[in-house]
Amino acid sequence: MRNLTGVNDLVVRFANVNGTGSASANNMFAMSIFRMGIPMTAKNIFPSNIQGLPTWYEVRVSEKGYLGRREGVDIMLCVNPQSMKQDVASVKPGGYFLYDNTKNLHKDFIREDVNYIGIPMIGICMRLYSDARQRQLFKNMIYVGALAALLDIELEVVKGIIADEFKKKPKLIEPNVQAMMAGVNYIKENYEHPLGLRVERRDLVGDAIVIDGNTACGIGAVYAGATVAGWYPITPSTSLVEAFAKYSNRLRVDPETGLKKVAIVQAEDELAAFGMVLGANWNGARAFTATSGPGLSLMNEFLGLAYFAEIPAVLVDVQRGGPSTGMPTRTQQSDLLLAAYASHGDTKHVLLIPSNPSECFDFMADAFDLAERLQTPIIVMTDLDLGMNEHLSAPLKWDDARRYDRGKVYTAEDLDALSAMGKQFGRYLDVDGDGIPYRTLPATHPTKGSFFTRGTSHDEYARYTEDGVKNAQVLDRLSKKWDTAKEILPLPEFYQTQNESNIGMIFFGTTTYAALEAIDLLKQEEGITLDAMRATAFPFHASVEEFIEAHDQVFVVEQNRDAQFRTLLINELEINPKKLIKILNYDGMPITADAIRNGIAKHLEAIKL
Amino acid sequence: MTYIKPKFRHPDLPKNAVGFTKTDYEGVISTLCAGCGHDSISGSIVQACYEMSIEPHRVAKLSGIGCSSKTPNYFLNNSHGFNSVHGRMPSVATGANMANRDLIYLGVSGDGDTASIGMGQFVHAIRRNLNMLYIVMNNGCYGLTKGQDSATADAGSVSKSGSVNPFEGIDLVGMALELGATFVARSFSGDKTQLVPLIKAALSHNGFALIDVLSPCVTFNNNVGSTKSYDYVRDHIEALAEIGYVPEKEEITVSYDRGSSVDVELHDGSSVQLHKLADGWDPRDRQAAMSRLQQAKAEGEILTGLVYVDPESKDLHEIIKSDKRPLNSLKEEDLCPGAGVLAMINDEFR
Ligand SMILES: Cc1ncc(C[n+]2csc(CCOP(=O)(O)OP(=O)(O)O)c2C)c(N)n1
Ligand code: SF4
Repeated sequence: MRNLTGVNDLVVRFANVNGTGSASANNMFAMSIFRMGIPMTAKNIFPSNIQGLPTWYEVRVSEKGYLGRREGVDIMLCVNPQSMKQDVASVKPGGYFLYDNTKNLHKDFIREDVNYIGIPMIGICMRLYSDARQRQLFKNMIYVGALAALLDIELEVVKGIIADEFKKKPKLIEPNVQAMMAGVNYIKENYEHPLGLRVERRDLVGDAIVIDGNTACGIGAVYAGATVAGWYPITPSTSLVEAFAKYSNRLRVDPETGLKKVAIVQAEDELAAFGMVLGANWNGARAFTATSGPGLSLMNEFLGLAYFAEIPAVLVDVQRGGPSTGMPTRTQQSDLLLAAYASHGDTKHVLLIPSNPSECFDFMADAFDLAERLQTPIIVMTDLDLGMNEHLSAPLKWDDARRYDRGKVYTAEDLDALSAMGKQFGRYLDVDGDGIPYRTLPATHPTKGSFFTRGTSHDEYARYTEDGVKNAQVLDRLSKKWDTAKEILPLPEFYQTQNESNIGMIFFGTTTYAALEAIDLLKQEEGITLDAMRATAFPFHASVEEFIEAHDQVFVVEQNRDAQFRTLLINELEINPKKLIKILNYDGMPITADAIRNGIAKHLEAIKL
Repeated sequence: MTYIKPKFRHPDLPKNAVGFTKTDYEGVISTLCAGCGHDSISGSIVQACYEMSIEPHRVAKLSGIGCSSKTPNYFLNNSHGFNSVHGRMPSVATGANMANRDLIYLGVSGDGDTASIGMGQFVHAIRRNLNMLYIVMNNGCYGLTKGQDSATADAGSVSKSGSVNPFEGIDLVGMALELGATFVARSFSGDKTQLVPLIKAALSHNGFALIDVLSPCVTFNNNVGSTKSYDYVRDHIEALAEIGYVPEKEEITVSYDRGSSVDVELHDGSSVQLHKLADGWDPRDRQAAMSRLQQAKAEGEILTGLVYVDPESKDLHEIIKSDKRPLNSLKEEDLCPGAGVLAMINDEFR
C-alpha cells in the first residue's frame, strides 16, 4: 500500500458526537496549525440537532493558501461509532484512520487501502480519571495529543493554546496538558511518527486572524455605530447578534451606572424584529437585524415598506439550505432572488456580498453608511459557511479618521434656512437630481419638517395621493436612486490573466475560496486560462456588464439549484442567457475547487466537439 | 380636493403654557365618514395634548392600517407620523422608542389591526412595557375593508348584513390586565369628559398605557343588534372611578362622595373631573380590576374608566438598562471603540 505523504497539504476530519465537548479540542488542533504559520481553514459540519447526532469538523492545511473545502479525507479521526461506516469510506486510499481501539474494530470497517492507527482513548481515560465528565472531555485532549505527535505539531504551540483557552480557569491548564501528553506518549511508544504526511513551521500567515464571519459582522456593527438591534433566533444568524451583544456589553457600558449605549431586543418574530429596525432608523438611530431564509421571507412586507417609504435599514441574511425550513445547518447561496426583489410591487433592494470575515466587518460599516445615504434597506448576504465557520482572514481594520455618513438629513437650521429662501421642505423632493431626497428626524423642529411616513402612494410632500402620475413619478425617482446606488457600492474585484482570455468566470461570497483555487487548477492541470470577476454588490456596477461583454463565455459559479445570480445578471443587464454558463452546487456543503474545475473543463471539452 | 385646513387663526385664541393654540394640535381634514367615532377620539387627543401643553413635535404618532390608523393624519400636524403596515405598529413604535426614549409615543390602532393580524405585536409591546400610549379605536368591525366582523365583535352581535357573529369576542382590556399591562383603561368615543383625562393620564404614565375606546362605525356597525353601536354602548356603559392626570411633582389629593364628581386643578392649569362610582375602588389592584371586569361582563355592562394603573411601572429602557440619553443622539466618540481597541480584538483571534 502506498501511504499518503507530503508536507503542509492535508485534510483532517474529526467525526464526533454532538454535545461531547469536542469542538474546543478540534479548534485547538486547527489553531496549532495556524500558530505554526501555515494557512488552514476549518469547517463545522453539524446536524440540526442539539445532542447525540454525528458531527464533523474538517481542517484543511494548505501551504499554497487554498482556503476552500477540498474533497477527500487524508486523516480521519473517528470517535463516533454511529458514523464509522461512512467515515472509513471517506478516507482517501493510502490515508489514515485514527480510532479508539479500547474495543476491537468491527471487520466491516476494515479497508485494505487505509492505515489504521488505534489509540485506547477510553482505556487511558479510565486509568487516569474517575469522573465521567472528565473522561469525556480529556478523551478529546488525548486525540489532540496523538495527532500532534503523528503530524509533528510543535508541542509548545499546543501547550500555549491550552494556556490561552483556560486563562480564566488556570487550574484546568495542567490536567489538559497532561491528557494531551498522554496522547503524545501513546503514539511515541506504539507507532512510527511523524507520519509521511506532516506539518512543518512556516511563516505564511503574517498578521492574519482566525475568525468567523458572524463575529466579524457583529464587531462591524459595533464599529459602525449601531445602537439598536431587534432580532429573532435562527440558525445560522444567531451568533451574529450574540457577537454584537457581547462586544457592546464589553465596549459600550458605563462602568459606573452599568447603563448600555445600545438597546437589543429579542423580538417575538422576524416581522417584529424588522419593524423595530425600521422604527429605530426612522427615528435616527443606526439599527439592524440578522436572519436567515425563513426570517427573510417574513420580513418581506416591511422590506417593501422600507423601500417605498425610504427608510434606512441594515439586514444581514446568513443564508442556509432551502427551500422552506430546508437544511438549517448547511450552507447555500439561495436567497439571492428573494432578497433582491423582496416584497410585492416594483421593489428591489441593494445587496452587499462579502467573501471573507474582514470584508464582513468592512461591509457592515459600509452598509450603515449606504443605508443612510440611499435611505433604503441594505441587505448583507453571507451564508452559513462564512458566518459560522472560522476562516483565516486579514485582520479587521478601522480608520479612526472615518466618520459615519448619515446621509441627507435636514437639521432645524437647515429647515429655517430653507424657509428663509422661500422653499418648502418636501420629504420626497429630488433636490440634488440623484434620486435621493432629504429626510428629517422626528422632533427636529417645532413647526417645520414634520411629515407622514407611509406605505401608501404619496406625492413629493409625503401626502397621500391616488394620482397615478404622481405615484409613477415617485417610482421613477426610486429608479434614479437605484442608478445612483450602482456608483457608490463596493466595486467588483477582477482577476485578469496575462494573455487576455476570452473565457470569464464570475463568483461571489464564499464560492470565492474555491473559485480562486480552481483558476490555478485549470491552468496547471488543464492548460485553461480564464479571467475572473468577484461580484460584491447588487445592483451591478457598469464594470460587471463590461466584463461579461469582453468575454465570449462566462461561467457563473454559485451555490443554488436555479442559478439565481445568473438570473439577476440576465434580468438586470439584459444579457443573452446562452453566454452565461452555470456552475452550481447545492448539496449544502461549500463548493470545492475540483467541482468548479471539472464543470468548466467538461463544458469547454463538450463545445470543442 | 385639498386636505389642508385653512391657515387662518383667530388672534385671540387662547394659548397654552408652551405658546400653542388648540388649532396647532390639529391635523388635516378627516376623510373618515361623517360621524365616525374615530374622529371624536382624534378630537380628544387634540384636546388632551393642548391641555397638557405638549410640544407637538415631541410626539411621534404611529399607526397600522385601517380607518382608525388613518387618524394620526388628522391630529398633531407638527408631529412626525408613521403609518406602518397592517398590525405592525407596535414593533415600529418599539424601535422608535429604543432609538429615542425622550419623545412621546402615541400609537393608534383598530380592533382588526390589534386583535387579529397584530395580536402578536400588541401582546409583546405590553410585555416589554414600552413607554407609549396605545389607543385602540374599537368598532368591532373592519371599517376600511367594509364591515367584516373583527375579533373583538361579541358573540351574537349582528352585522349590517344581518349575519350573527358565532365566535367569542376578545376583550382587549381583560387581556392586557392578564398580560401585566401597567395602565389599562376603556372609554367611549362619545364621552370626551372621560376620554380626555384618560388620555392625559396615559400620556404621563411611564410604561405601556392601553386605552380601548369603543368607537362605533357609523357606516358598517351602527345597526340594531351590534354590541358596538352608539345606542348599545350608551345603554350599557358603566364608568369606574377615575384619577385623571396627576403629575408626580406634588401630590394632589381630593375627597368627594360616592356618586358625586369633582373638578381638580392640575399643575399645568388643566383640570380633571373625577367621578367616583365604586366605593373603595382602587385602580392599583390588578386582581380587583380583573374580577370587576368579569362581573361587568356577566352583568352585560361595559366598564369604562381607568381600570388599572401601576404607578411604580418600569419601562423597556429601565428593564434593559439602556443609556439615559437618547441612543440616536450618540456620536462616533460614544459608539466607536477605535482602531486601538480593534487591534486588541484582533489579537484575541490569533
Ligand atoms: C396584510 C394586509 N392584509 C389585509 C389588509 C386589508 N385591510 C386594510 S384595513 C383592514 C382592517 C381594518 O380594521 P380595523 O383595524 O378594525 O380598523 P377600522 O378600519 O375598523 O378602523 C384590513 C383587513 C391590509 N392592508 N394588509
Ligand atoms: S367605515 Fe366606519 S370606521 Fe371607517 S371611517 Fe367610516 S364610520 Fe369610521
